[in-house]
Amino acid sequence: MRPVPRWVSLALLPAVNLSVALLLSAVVVLLVGESPIRALRVLTAGAFGNGEAVGYTLYYATNFLFTGLAVAVAFHGGLFNIGAEGQAYIAGLAVALVCLGAGSWPRWLVIPAAVVAAATGGAAWAFVPAWLQARRGSHVVITTIMFNFIASAVMTYLLVNVLIKPGQQSPETREFAPSAWLPALHDPLHWLGWETGQSPLNLAALVALAAGGLVWLYLWHTRWGYELRALGHSETAALYGGIPPAGTVIAAMLISGALAGLMSLNEVMGVQHRLLLNFTGGAGYVGIAVALMGRNHPVGIVLAAVLFGALYQGGSELSFDMPLLTRDMVVVIQGVIILVCGALEQALQQPLAALFRRPARAAA
Amino acid sequence: MPGLTEGFVILVLFAGATVRGAAPLVLAALGGLFAERSGVVDIALEGKMLAAAFAAAATAAVTGSAWAGLGAAVAAAVFLALLHGFACVTHRGNQVVSGMALNITVSGLTVVLGYAWFHEGGQTPLLGAGARFGPIDWPGAARLAPLPGIGPVYAEVLSGHNILVYVAAAAVPAVAWLVYRTRFGLRLRAVGESPGAVDTAGVSVARTRYQALVMSGVLCGLSGAYLSIAHHASFIRDMSAGKGYLALAALIFGQWRPVPTLGACLLFAFADAVQVRLQGTPLPWIGVVPVQLIQALPYVLTVALLAGFVGRAVAPRAIGVPYVKER
Repeated sequence: MRPVPRWVSLALLPAVNLSVALLLSAVVVLLVGESPIRALRVLTAGAFGNGEAVGYTLYYATNFLFTGLAVAVAFHGGLFNIGAEGQAYIAGLAVALVCLGAGSWPRWLVIPAAVVAAATGGAAWAFVPAWLQARRGSHVVITTIMFNFIASAVMTYLLVNVLIKPGQQSPETREFAPSAWLPALHDPLHWLGWETGQSPLNLAALVALAAGGLVWLYLWHTRWGYELRALGHSETAALYGGIPPAGTVIAAMLISGALAGLMSLNEVMGVQHRLLLNFTGGAGYVGIAVALMGRNHPVGIVLAAVLFGALYQGGSELSFDMPLLTRDMVVVIQGVIILVCGALEQALQQPLAALFRRPARAAA
Repeated sequence: MPGLTEGFVILVLFAGATVRGAAPLVLAALGGLFAERSGVVDIALEGKMLAAAFAAAATAAVTGSAWAGLGAAVAAAVFLALLHGFACVTHRGNQVVSGMALNITVSGLTVVLGYAWFHEGGQTPLLGAGARFGPIDWPGAARLAPLPGIGPVYAEVLSGHNILVYVAAAAVPAVAWLVYRTRFGLRLRAVGESPGAVDTAGVSVARTRYQALVMSGVLCGLSGAYLSIAHHASFIRDMSAGKGYLALAALIFGQWRPVPTLGACLLFAFADAVQVRLQGTPLPWIGVVPVQLIQALPYVLTVALLAGFVGRAVAPRAIGVPYVKER
């Protein structure tokens, strides 16, 4: 069987997937009684209309870039990490403990320490499901779902009973010292001639891009990445090739958890400057859509993360302009994209592949 | 001994709350049992429950009939189950991805539609008595209640629940019979263990899996309807609140078998009843137990079981693997 041309699988297929997903979402908009065309226009303007909007879009995209990379790394090994949400949540605890304990540390010391804490926290929460999958065959999908609920219970307990700022009603920690804030990017961008207003875009965005580069190196230019992809393709072949499955699975899940954990930098250290309940806001689940849409490649994931960032930012504008379309509309689009790009992948891929294979065969 | 009587009354009230809390879990978990026994991972229990809860409340609010609501709930959940089948059985898509997609889509869609149709911030209007399933009092419950011992048990634990609780109770033996004693059940279990063998015997793997998914849809429909038009009187956003995942945990904890699954559901519902009741009250000898610890307990137990530390959970062998017919 001849392979399909590269541009079909890399550009045309995602474009077709996205169009189908948007069409289905347009049906929902019609059901609500609004105009899909107008909704799309408001959404686009809300996401890219001015510098500040773009800043917000990229700030949301930062979260999704981290979680998308996390899900993608696991996917390459044939693992499905649904636990990015819980891993990021627990990592937020690690980041907050460093920031609260840092006291008068200088910024150049707090930031690297927090990055290490975020990655370690996320990886630690991924370790138990990883170990259970590798050593005892417990399915990582189920265990990571369970760990999301356990993380939520642990964090609620800690925030309500232990970490809460004394004399305060809402369960959140005290604000970090300014030396433990990630610097916002609007000033440096202003010097470069790019206005992003008062958007919360911060240093975490650059950490996310660097993480994307490192994931690319890991997956395609290291032995471990090769072993992981081999395992994902065929466990028996990998075993025959002398690849240790247990170690590879654990390493991949730890990296996945660490990437998910880094997401907490953006929220906890970059924007909120304190730890609060449910700061992850579902970003771990968005990561699944982002990884699928981006075809598990860092470049694709960056593009998909920006797309979802735009949906989230544009979605909040949408609810101002068209009150019937609440932000939950974005959740619908997210779900439909997972359905179309992930679950129904084959249904769309096969006709497309057949379409582009035939002329090539006729020519040969 | 007044202390003993008081303890007994509390125990009876706990038992009543446990039965009410377990009913939706039992229905959804038994639905998941069909799907998973046929080899299809069903993490969409949550989404099916939520969609059914919304469909039931919305339909009951418009028509004023609880039965119409129940029908709509089942229809919505079966539709989602068929969509799951279309993606995973017909097109051999990833079952977990499909399930997640359904869960996420439903969690958004129910709020968007509810908000646009009823203008109550994502809720549906409060239902009157005729539009929901009320408690059914067994004959003589009020008269027997003062009897020591048997009276409170009869009045609080057995009598006074809505019809869907009794349906859930009846579903356990019915499902056990269907899965272990009928031709359909034999095929169902075989398809989940060794689809190739079933195919060789001339039975369609896809057809059997679709039948299983429809069963899952019907039971999740009942479970969702229980939430919005029996236990509560309207739909509230995200009202399933993880109960679908809890039912999945109960199914695994019950090792994919009907009666142990019922036991797991009762255990989880009991933990929840205790948690609601305790809320910071100190226990003798132990002190205050954090509610979050009790909330996390079902998930911790399930992970421990999956890890083989408490018994051993053996999944159907072909679970999660799309069947590809040999050519």
